[in-house]
Amino acid sequence: MPFWIEVLVSVFLIIGSLFALIGAIGLYRLPDFYTRLHGPTKATTLGVGGVVIASMIFFSNQNDSLSLHELLITLFLFLTAPVSAHILAKAAMQQKLPAVEQTRGKPWD
Amino acid sequence: MLAYVIPLCMAVLGVAAVLNVVRLVQGPDMPDRVLALDTLYINALALIVLFGIWLASDLFFEAALLIAVMGFVSTVAVGKHLLHGDIID
Amino acid sequence: MRSRWLPSPALTVLLALLWLLLHNTLSFGHLLLGLFLGWGIPLLVRGFLIEVPTIRKPLKLCLFTLKVLYDIVIANMQVAKLVLGPKKNLRPAFIEVPMAIENEFALATLASIISLTPGTVSACLSPDRRMLMVHALDVPDIDALIADVKRNYEAPLLEIFECSPT
Repeated sequence: MPFWIEVLVSVFLIIGSLFALIGAIGLYRLPDFYTRLHGPTKATTLGVGGVVIASMIFFSNQNDSLSLHELLITLFLFLTAPVSAHILAKAAMQQKLPAVEQTRGKPWD
Repeated sequence: MLAYVIPLCMAVLGVAAVLNVVRLVQGPDMPDRVLALDTLYINALALIVLFGIWLASDLFFEAALLIAVMGFVSTVAVGKHLLHGDIID
Repeated sequence: MRSRWLPSPALTVLLALLWLLLHNTLSFGHLLLGLFLGWGIPLLVRGFLIEVPTIRKPLKLCLFTLKVLYDIVIANMQVAKLVLGPKKNLRPAFIEVPMAIENEFALATLASIISLTPGTVSACLSPDRRMLMVHALDVPDIDALIADVKRNYEAPLLEIFECSPT
């Protein structure tokens, strides 16, 4: 494998896994449910996107033919992440989960 | 170079999965746990794709896609259950 | 356009493309099978399909997609900074954004884009589809954010899809 492809794959892998880690950190340390929702919907989705792009480059190089089917995973995640976030946010608002003090405009009071 | 980068990335994703599990166990309310489980699904998917690169095998793609589909469907089902107390309406 | 035996030609082409992508080949047999599936599946599920508005400006749609992808990457940088920064600096807020789009498909697209871009998650749509409740992670100025969403995402979508603003 040429060196520059190896570097490219490594860069995408590191970016992807760092974003996934940031999403998990957000899920772990942010104060209330609504702020926690932001980590997984954005950071984790992009993190998987990075890993998948790395995999695409790797297999395209290894099999000597364009390998595009990993794009399906990214496409699927980009379509579904907002939907599940929306449903969970709706459920949380219905159960009136507490929001942190400094939140403005609480919809249920 | 990849021989060093891939285990490193696996470790990073492993830490992320551990943080998700902490939130899953701790999470004060039900939506928190569901969100943690959903994130855990996506992290597991990334780990599987990474494992596929490590073994240089194309076979793991289908597993990753299936996990993505299962994770989405189960999250939506549990979310619907939380909303209405009922899955099919 | 909407005949009895071919409910949606665009969906047929899309499904055939997805089938080819899934198999990672471009052989004639798989193309035929994909076209057959793309013809059969819409026939079976036509009761559930919603009307997709016709696209007036395809070029603009491509540019808009690229811009949204760019915005997603930028949004991730911002969220990463907020997540790793001190918790006291967060200024979360629930914001009601009035919607000018009536069409179901365009509305769903807009809600998804809002969820994926700068520090906002769309949380709840009012029953009459006029107000979208948005939760934002860090907003210094609520009115600026509403204007931002309207200018950057709503106006181009109205322009691209053929649907009348209310």
